Amino acid sequence: MSDQVNTPGRTGACAEALLVARGLRKAFSGKTVLDGADLVVPRGALVCVLGKSGTGKSVLLKCVAGVLRPDAGEICFDGRTLPAGEGPERAAFRRRCSYLFQSNALFDSLSTLENVMLPLEQTTTMRRREITERARAVLRVLELDEFRERFPSQLSGGMQKRLALARALVTRPELVLFDEPTAGLDPLRRNAVFSMITRYQVELGFTAVVVTHDLEEALVAADRVALLDEGCMRFAGTPAEFRASADASVRAFRDSVEDLRADVAANRAHQPSRRAPHEPLEILPK
Amino acid sequence: MLQTLGHRTLGAVAELGDFALFTSRSFSAAVGAPRLGRRIVRAVYEQGVRCLPVVLIVGAFTGLVLGLQGYYVLARFGSEGLLGTLVSLTLTRELAPVLAALMVVGQAGSAIAAEIGIQRNSEQIDALETMGVDPRRYLVSPRLLVAVVVYPMHAAFFTLIGLVGGYLSGSVLLSLEGGIYWSSVMRAVGPEDVRECFIKAVVFGIVTMAICCHNGFNAHRRPGLTGARAVSASTTRAVVLSSIAVLATDYLITSALV
Ligand SMILES: Nc1ncnc2c1ncn2[C@@H]1O[C@H](COP(=O)(O)OP(=O)(O)OP(=O)(O)O)[C@@H](O)[C@H]1O
Ligand SMILES: [Mg+2]
Repeated sequence: MSDQVNTPGRTGACAEALLVARGLRKAFSGKTVLDGADLVVPRGALVCVLGKSGTGKSVLLKCVAGVLRPDAGEICFDGRTLPAGEGPERAAFRRRCSYLFQSNALFDSLSTLENVMLPLEQTTTMRRREITERARAVLRVLELDEFRERFPSQLSGGMQKRLALARALVTRPELVLFDEPTAGLDPLRRNAVFSMITRYQVELGFTAVVVTHDLEEALVAADRVALLDEGCMRFAGTPAEFRASADASVRAFRDSVEDLRADVAANRAHQPSRRAPHEPLEILPK
Repeated sequence: MLQTLGHRTLGAVAELGDFALFTSRSFSAAVGAPRLGRRIVRAVYEQGVRCLPVVLIVGAFTGLVLGLQGYYVLARFGSEGLLGTLVSLTLTRELAPVLAALMVVGQAGSAIAAEIGIQRNSEQIDALETMGVDPRRYLVSPRLLVAVVVYPMHAAFFTLIGLVGGYLSGSVLLSLEGGIYWSSVMRAVGPEDVRECFIKAVVFGIVTMAICCHNGFNAHRRPGLTGARAVSASTTRAVVLSSIAVLATDYLITSALV
């Protein structure tokens, strides 16, 4: 460890974790989205980032992935601080990191198979046959192999998501940033995705950051949970700590079903006679 | 007023610098790029094969009109025999590279600007970047390299079919002897005319293709516009700027070479 501290470009504080983001700030035309957000991702862990819609979870991942340039803050990967601009360090980071876009960002004029082959084709010197085999192996795991000749627009939303997942995993990255990998999937597939991420994590040994709205699945699958609220991390800890936390925003997030149950009960209590389906609503003009 | 003018000027200078950087980076990215072959084949199809029909049609009609107009003008001085000289020199030195380039801009350049703009809009370019693929190398380099070769070929085809068009209107429709027409063509066109034609075509190719790619690539930076509108605005802009650039560089090259 001490040699790492002494090497130029390395900082002791971020030597243990694979990825450390500190004090990330990002504003869009005066509107602050990230206001000093921190994220610590231990090597080999699965970190779930939770947060309300529109709090900046995607912006956080984009800053880490280098799609957006943060206004301030520091990102350390594998003990080294990443420089803000392009350069060999950034290129090396990109080879070792994959990013699954919330919008999938599939190449819409390439077939399913070509989408998965592209990162290998363009960044490695592997032979074409090898690349095809590896791409098809990943597609098979994600139940997409029979659709390999189709174009992304001919796939269902969930299939597109899985295709994006396949494209992110085919390069065997060390760090994968998943932006809502389970959005738009049915509950069975949702669980399958989480189970696949954990299985692949063991097999391929990658570290994962998963942004998700699926609280239950996240608490089961994650090693660590982080809650982003109003531009900074309100909570970071294990799922057990998250369940036990008394923090107000954690409570609001965690117990939203309880709150909903209470709301529904209260709403119905105000309307003693439940409306039959064919009766017109009272608020509509007669 | 003065302030707006200043801002606009500064903006234009900044964009020009950005454009120059973009173009040179795209060329240098091609060096040692893996698997450029398929991208190049696609670009040849896009700029070459798809554009050839329109280039040939426009070339034929240009030749026909040149033959007619030239014949009547020359006939006033009793020198119809020079029709071949007139048609061939006008085509090689001026009309073929200019009109062929404008046709390729209309057919392929607009398509390329729109395609890259949509790729920018749907985060496909960002996705390439996160994969460690240089989007300039993947999307722009092959198109620039191909333009260097394809534009001169279009200019050559344009000239050839234009000469045939001139022959048709001068000798078949009107009464000029075919042999006189073709022999004056042969005598008129020298190597320096062909050189001028190719120099122009290469420059037009690089400039227009780079403008079209650059506008698509920066579709997200159109002030005040987003989404489909930004793509359409940058496509229109790509075609307009390319057309202006063709005529402006044409003037510069002509005045430098004459
Ligand atoms: N390119 C941009 N320009 C301007 N504002 C942006 C941009 N990208 C994001 N924002 C703003 O940043 C905020 C956070 O957006 P972000 O997409 O990160 O939310 P999110 O937490 O991922 O939400 P969701 O869970 O719905 O995906 C939003 O208020 C959004 O309006
Ligand atoms: Mg998001």
